[in-house]
Amino acid sequence: MTEAVTVKRSVRLRRALMYPLSFVLVACAWELYKWLGPPAGGKVLGMRLLARTNDRAMPHTWKMIERLAHPEVRGRSDAIWLVVSRATWYSFRVALAAFVIGVLLGLVLAVVMVRFKTAERALMPYLAISQTVPIIVLAPLLATLIININKGLVDTKWLPVMVLGVFLAFFPVAVSALKGLQSTNAASLELMDSYAAGWWKTLFKLRFPAAVPYLTPALRLAGASAVVGVVVGEISTGLRTGVGRLVLSYGQDATSDPPKLYTAVFGAAALGLVMSALVVALDKLLRRNLPPEPV
Amino acid sequence: MTKKPASPPADDAVVVRDLLKVFNRGKPNQVDALVDVQLTVRRGEFVSLIGPSGCGKSTLLRLIADLIQPTQGSVIVNGKPAHQARLDQDYGMAFQQSGLFEWRTVARNIELPLELKGWDKTRRRARSREMLELVKLPDFAGHMPWQLSGGMQQRVAIARALAAHPPLLLMDEPFGALDEMTREHMQAELLRICSETGTTVVFVTHSIPEAVYLADRVVVMSPRPGRITRIVEVGMGRDRTELTREATDFFDRVTDVREALRGAELGAQARGIEDR
Repeated sequence: MTEAVTVKRSVRLRRALMYPLSFVLVACAWELYKWLGPPAGGKVLGMRLLARTNDRAMPHTWKMIERLAHPEVRGRSDAIWLVVSRATWYSFRVALAAFVIGVLLGLVLAVVMVRFKTAERALMPYLAISQTVPIIVLAPLLATLIININKGLVDTKWLPVMVLGVFLAFFPVAVSALKGLQSTNAASLELMDSYAAGWWKTLFKLRFPAAVPYLTPALRLAGASAVVGVVVGEISTGLRTGVGRLVLSYGQDATSDPPKLYTAVFGAAALGLVMSALVVALDKLLRRNLPPEPV
Repeated sequence: MTKKPASPPADDAVVVRDLLKVFNRGKPNQVDALVDVQLTVRRGEFVSLIGPSGCGKSTLLRLIADLIQPTQGSVIVNGKPAHQARLDQDYGMAFQQSGLFEWRTVARNIELPLELKGWDKTRRRARSREMLELVKLPDFAGHMPWQLSGGMQQRVAIARALAAHPPLLLMDEPFGALDEMTREHMQAELLRICSETGTTVVFVTHSIPEAVYLADRVVVMSPRPGRITRIVEVGMGRDRTELTREATDFFDRVTDVREALRGAELGAQARGIEDR
């Protein structure tokens, strides 16, 4: 017993070390290429594929980290890491809201489609088509629309951005939840029938728990989609408070201050990492009673 | 509804009268699943349904359980129409697949029917403990179903079926997926559980020794159209042990059932070879 626990602990420690190690490895690869690669870029099979390695295109990793400590614009007091953190925190909250609402919307749609066969046939094509609309196009449209509807409200700038996140996040959940809810085996349904359990009781006691293995991969997708939707939404609607916008505006300073852009990229990466960590935790929570997955 | 005043229904656990079940009626793939079925199961009796696949034995069980509706005829369970009996949870069911919910612990699986009845938690816990004692798995309340062997899972399924103390247990090849040793052991356990609880059982199987070993009466069925061809009285009393499996009476009844099955299959011309 104790042996098993120690083994588990050492495995956990090794896993925990993997994360910082992977960051270090990426940094090393960056520096290695910067050191060995062609300074003016290069062609592979006639295409310009190799990046330039000068300090403007590829600043040193330590310069990026150093940059975090300096103010965003000369003369301002707040260090850039604080500005980026604030923006990332803002985007994170919008993305989290998008994720939660997207997942709920996906589940509701799936339940409606399971309950009514007609709804499935009527809704499914629209759901599929909805995902082919480029969100870059949709974003400004939504922004204008929502701003026009919500003239009276004070701060609704985040709303179109969140709606975009929802728009991307609900789809994988709706499709997988539908498949999961339909996958319930006939004998279990018969068993619930023999207990004279109604449709809703069967839904919550049987169909939902049985759908969990289908649902958890979809949640991971939804988490990633919510982040993408929010960051892209911020860029294309010009929401100033989020990290997506920082990436864009810092990119414009790249000629004079190359490492600056990467501070915003760090923020965006952190956003994605935190979201995926949350989704993994949710996944673990949902699967806590299920048989361990075959390795 | 169609209670017969002549025979007080309280004496009979199941009364099936003039039952007809047709699937896909009027379509080219019409199947006469059951024709002219008459069956009465007395309270406390153990009845096995046996027959080749397609004879409608599972269909008959599902009709008794009110999971499907008869085309014609009546099914009275526990003195009331099958539908009412299902609403009142007058029976428990067990299938070939234990059908335990893999996300619930053993105890919470057993408590499922009680939960649906609206029992509170303390009462449920007490009952699931009692049921685990009954099926001799008292230390497994907190285990997950996938941590148990097939035979143990079936015990849990039986515990779940009996959790609400229903007077009737409907079983559809519950031991069909178990190995022979476990199977015989489970048969003995089932008999013990039934005699302790006084439960009436309708048991679908396609194993002849299993049908005979367990039952007071073996109902032999035949396909196309599904119907009851013979009812074999086992008449060996309720006290059955491992020795029962080696008794002459047991082999005689097994032979009776086998011949009834063969007769049902081959029809009239085969009846000649039935004379021993």
